[in-house]
Amino acid sequence: MLRKRIIPCLDLKEGKVVKGVKFIDLVSMGDPAAHALYYNNEGADELVILDITASHEARGTLVHVVEAVAENLFIPLTVGGGVRTADDVRALLLAGADRVSLNTSAVSRPELISESAERFGTQCVVSAIDARRRDPASPGWDVYVYGGRENTGRDAIEWAAEVESRGAGEILLTSMDRDGTQIGYDCELLRAVTEAVSIPVIASGGAGTMEHFADAFTLGGVDAVLAASLFHTRAMTIRDLKNFLSKKGVPVR
Amino acid sequence: MITVVDYGMGNLRNVMRACAEIGVRAAVTSDPDAVRKAGWLILPGVGAFGEAMRKIEELGLRSAIVDHARAGRPLLGICLGMQLLLDSSEESPGVTGLNLIPGVVRKLDGGVKVPHIGWNDVVPVSPSPLFPDQNEKLVTYFVHSFYVGIIPETVAVTEYGVRYSASVRKGSVYGVQFHPEKSQIAGLNLLRRFTLVKPASWSE
Repeated sequence: MLRKRIIPCLDLKEGKVVKGVKFIDLVSMGDPAAHALYYNNEGADELVILDITASHEARGTLVHVVEAVAENLFIPLTVGGGVRTADDVRALLLAGADRVSLNTSAVSRPELISESAERFGTQCVVSAIDARRRDPASPGWDVYVYGGRENTGRDAIEWAAEVESRGAGEILLTSMDRDGTQIGYDCELLRAVTEAVSIPVIASGGAGTMEHFADAFTLGGVDAVLAASLFHTRAMTIRDLKNFLSKKGVPVR
Repeated sequence: MITVVDYGMGNLRNVMRACAEIGVRAAVTSDPDAVRKAGWLILPGVGAFGEAMRKIEELGLRSAIVDHARAGRPLLGICLGMQLLLDSSEESPGVTGLNLIPGVVRKLDGGVKVPHIGWNDVVPVSPSPLFPDQNEKLVTYFVHSFYVGIIPETVAVTEYGVRYSASVRKGSVYGVQFHPEKSQIAGLNLLRRFTLVKPASWSE
């Protein structure tokens, strides 16, 4: 049986792991390669690295970080941040990434998804979507870009369906409202997207308790869950989380 | 020594790192002569069937890989590398594979999310040096949209929508649909076992 995946995420700024709340107030949390080695041995099913500075200089840093992280990593690695062209995708794959996450550039130029999928395969392309709830008068979620700084006015559910049709192999779905709050995933958003697409979906943003992870799978219908500071601070270990999920009937490795 | 075939598609670095981790020397090459001289050959692969075969033909690697296999020397195809061992794929109609193992690669279907991404069971069904313990159930990492069905060469199976080949073997030609280089200890152990397999005579 296919197992549900637990994925720690390293948010990087200038090559160091950081964590913010609702995409701001960044606090440094240390060396990415050390975190990666810990997670490799801790039972993580994959690792995600997102460069949230995402400038041209940051991309060079990112390639070096990916090389250092991949050195001792024998689980899959997804890398994202500032990827603008299919050649950027290739550089990250060559550095040791197994899959590459596309966000802002794919919203401004959706052909980037199909170009990357054609060249490297659908399974290589993860489409990251940062979604935020609209005001209660008009229910739904908008897609944000530039690290959550700009509202595109696009509907998140429609965009999810479009990235699938353009060749994305997976969606990394972040609730900006829940990011760093530890009050639980936005299961309504997760459910809306998992019902709209037939590719796997990774839930991100809001995990605080083990119940929250279980909810993302059972209520949200996702295939994988992502969390950062909760694991980095060792507030929760992946092994304990997997024991809990297993008892809840969620298949884990 | 392991020779890893570079035909411009794979994530070679990860295969190289896995070889280093298990203490085996490995070299990357796209030179047909080096492939012909190889002892143990690994054909990695990420990407599309048609594009992979196009590169293999362009580099003149087809006959080198086929000759290696027919000489009875060990070959391991990983993921797309395993699919290339067959005749053709629904992914790229009209493109001829390496024709080492008869069969057609199909598209995953059956009400499941595609690609198949994540950790799944690998159940040995027939004796193979890669799966010496028939009772050992492995959990390994898969990421793919196309599959090889159950064929006479199937030595391990997995299930995702359909039951299909997690691993195939014909003589000393081996294929695994999952990624041993990304499957932690279980994968590294399997790679180590491949480096210990003996050449076997080839029969069509």
